[in-house]
Amino acid sequence: MANDNAKLSKNLLRMKFMQRGLDADTKKQLEEEERRIISDEHWYLDLPELKAKENFIIEERSFGPCEDLKYGRMSFKGFNTEVEKLMIIMNAPNEEELEEEEISRMETDITDEDMARRYESLVGSMKKKFAKKRERSAIEDVNQNATETQKKAFLKPQD
Amino acid sequence: MGALQQIYFRFCFFFLDFLCHIYCFPYQKCTFTDMLSCFKDKVGDVLLPGDVFSFQMPESITDSKPEKVVCGPGLRRNGDEVLVCKSGILRHKQPNLYWIDSQQRRYVPGKGESVIGIITAKSGDIFKVDVGGSEQASLSYLAFEGATKRNRPNVQVGDLVYSQFIIANKDMEPELVCIDSCGRANGMGVFGAGGLLFKVSLGLVRRLLAPQSEIAKDLEKMFPFEIVVGMNGRVWVKSKTIQQTLIVANLLESCENMTAQQRQTLFRRVADGSI
Repeated sequence: MANDNAKLSKNLLRMKFMQRGLDADTKKQLEEEERRIISDEHWYLDLPELKAKENFIIEERSFGPCEDLKYGRMSFKGFNTEVEKLMIIMNAPNEEELEEEEISRMETDITDEDMARRYESLVGSMKKKFAKKRERSAIEDVNQNATETQKKAFLKPQD
Repeated sequence: MGALQQIYFRFCFFFLDFLCHIYCFPYQKCTFTDMLSCFKDKVGDVLLPGDVFSFQMPESITDSKPEKVVCGPGLRRNGDEVLVCKSGILRHKQPNLYWIDSQQRRYVPGKGESVIGIITAKSGDIFKVDVGGSEQASLSYLAFEGATKRNRPNVQVGDLVYSQFIIANKDMEPELVCIDSCGRANGMGVFGAGGLLFKVSLGLVRRLLAPQSEIAKDLEKMFPFEIVVGMNGRVWVKSKTIQQTLIVANLLESCENMTAQQRQTLFRRVADGSI
């Protein structure tokens, strides 16, 4: 089969039914070759590139986004429950954004230092949880020694 | 010269000076970065059609990119200038949106606006809808939720539809759809068995749909009813009895020219003395 590919012409290989079995890589290579062929044979204008003028003024015809108008269908006091559900869904995009802002604000209320402190204790407790029995007893001995050494020092009573 | 003549000449100079200051404004020229400050100075001022904000574009692209300015309704771009085409107060919304707050009764279709339309004709694959603009809009029968070529929507001539514009400019016929980009109806489509349709000014519609609308809050406290507000000035109301429907319709129509206090006293009177 590989021999057949070498014998088939390039035009034939470029046809749609031949390309269905090809990989993406070979397809890209064929496309690039095509582009190169086009640029050599075809004529083009030898002019400097004209940049489209960037418009810094955008026109907006509707009042909706200007004043943040709400959804047009409204129902009061449960007259039409479907419309009331729609009101919550359609007017919600603004509220959801507010909730997300609040959540992000809440996260930044806890400073990095507090987070670091929490993680310190967390790491210790998680370590204890997954430690094997012998390691756990070793950790407890260490803690007890620390507390015992503190208690050994004699505290002179103040008169 | 006599004293009278002197006073006369002084008055003429003063008047000419006054005129110059009035006519200087329309030809305000500033650079782009200054234009934003020109705009910001005028926020809250009354502007008239014909006022121009013009500026020169920075020629080199290596300059810091100027921010985009969005012109809302009432402002129009004319090359590098911004023209005021409606009389009203200039409003501003962060970060860069400016528009003219004006009053009118006549609706001009705008893309993305939700309106109440009345089906006037059925021709082939589209319905002709009257939206109150200069020409009728077209609504394809496939633009309803769950509509296919075989499963046509149940829409008759004379029905009310709540739909959105997808094409609405001065060069083309406006087109409506009753679904959103995902194919869901979101409350759009045919509505209204019963109820009453009436017309109000566009300013009242905006006041009703404002995010913190006082009229809507006052209406909430009345009796249970349902309302559909179209941006083309059309409002449809439905309530349990015909009397209540008529009361709500009359209240909304009279809300236009009343201050907040008058409106609240009227609402209170109706809530107390009514059915």
